Amino acid sequence: MYEGIVQDLIDELGRLPGIGPKSAQRIAFHILQTESFDVTKLAETLLAVRDKVKFCEICGNVSEQDRCSICRDPRRNQSLICVVEEAKDVVAIERTREFRGLYHVLGGAISPIDGIGPDDLRIRQLMQRLADGTVEEVIIATDPNLEGEATATYLSRLLKTLEIKVSRLASGLPVGGDLEYADEVTLGRAFEGRRVVVG
Amino acid sequence: MPVYRDEAVVLRTHKLGEADRIVTMLSRRHGKIRAVAKGVRRTASKFGSRLEPFMVADVQLYEGRSLDVIQQAETLGAYGADIAADYASYTAANAMVETADRLTEAEGSLQQFLLLVGALRSLARREHAPGLTLDSYLLRSLSIAGWAPSFGQCSRCGAPGPHGRVVVQLGGVVCDDCAPAGTAQLDASTLGLLGALLAGDWPSAEASDDRTRAKASGIVSAYLQWHLERGLRSLTHVSREVPPAS
Ligand SMILES: [Zn+2]
Ligand SMILES: [Zn+2]
Repeated sequence: MYEGIVQDLIDELGRLPGIGPKSAQRIAFHILQTESFDVTKLAETLLAVRDKVKFCEICGNVSEQDRCSICRDPRRNQSLICVVEEAKDVVAIERTREFRGLYHVLGGAISPIDGIGPDDLRIRQLMQRLADGTVEEVIIATDPNLEGEATATYLSRLLKTLEIKVSRLASGLPVGGDLEYADEVTLGRAFEGRRVVVG
Repeated sequence: MPVYRDEAVVLRTHKLGEADRIVTMLSRRHGKIRAVAKGVRRTASKFGSRLEPFMVADVQLYEGRSLDVIQQAETLGAYGADIAADYASYTAANAMVETADRLTEAEGSLQQFLLLVGALRSLARREHAPGLTLDSYLLRSLSIAGWAPSFGQCSRCGAPGPHGRVVVQLGGVVCDDCAPAGTAQLDASTLGLLGALLAGDWPSAEASDDRTRAKASGIVSAYLQWHLERGLRSLTHVSREVPPAS
């Protein structure tokens, strides 16, 4: 344990995902000891992010405006929605340049053991978007792991009640991993080879 | 660097750092193991889906300073994909592994390991309705943990049954003398189903109707929650609807 604010800094850093006590200590001492490190800029950026960045009211992607740049773009195919778990998956799919439709970010995957059920995700909002008949196909691009597959199972069953084509990314994606780690070529191919599960 | 090997079923995983996971497993001989699987979230990981929940694997680990590290994993029972393909099975399996995790907090046992592996295999193979498999698992895992309910003789004074009043706080059915005032009478078919689930009498359990199953589930949930100090997170998400025949 260190005294006062040094320990406070280590504790705060340690709250961040993926940062253990040792990393927190290393980062804290880097900040303390490196004169060239611009603390003001980091602090301002953190405040600005909190202040300006919100979630797109349509798709749930991160955005500085009420609607994100993808939802605002009239050139995007309005009849196609790709459902992903996290905003970082949107970035991964955009990198492939294979997909020109819209997105829907769920905010995670169904995981009862973690207390996350369908009502804790943006599934109701997805159903509302599909209600007016503009969308002809939903592509489910949840992570190729257990929770992602189970979420896809749930969505497919739910979407069966609507007259919309539902497809799932091709199983060429290696299983067990996170979508964000798939390389662009593999992910692009998974889009091309997506299989229809409903419709 | 001591290395050991065991058979284990994966209960749950937590993300760690950039691409690792902490994997909580119930093993055949070493009780519960919490170990790190390095790089498992990268899509090129050698582990693939072998260390996902509900998977049974032959694992080789080395003892680390705080957490052990998984070196190798070979699949013995690949139940994850089949369970995830059916939503009711998926939610039932979640409640099972959470229960197993909680009941083995102090120490694991070979019996708990075998019971859980058998139940997950049964779910993956669609042997019974997922809700029945779950309730049977819950009653039997509680029994192994030392909290066997009684659905025959009075659980307080031992008077031979049949008795129709269930008091979860007393451990099952109680006779009219032992029943607190106002305890409701349970119908014979629900009591019959509870007894069948506890005994693993599947022909009798399968013969029950949906209403009876729902009533029995309510009793099992109450009994489970009574014995676990904190409520089970996954239980409220269990999907009880009957899956379409496949
Ligand atoms: Zn948007
Ligand atoms: Zn009695």
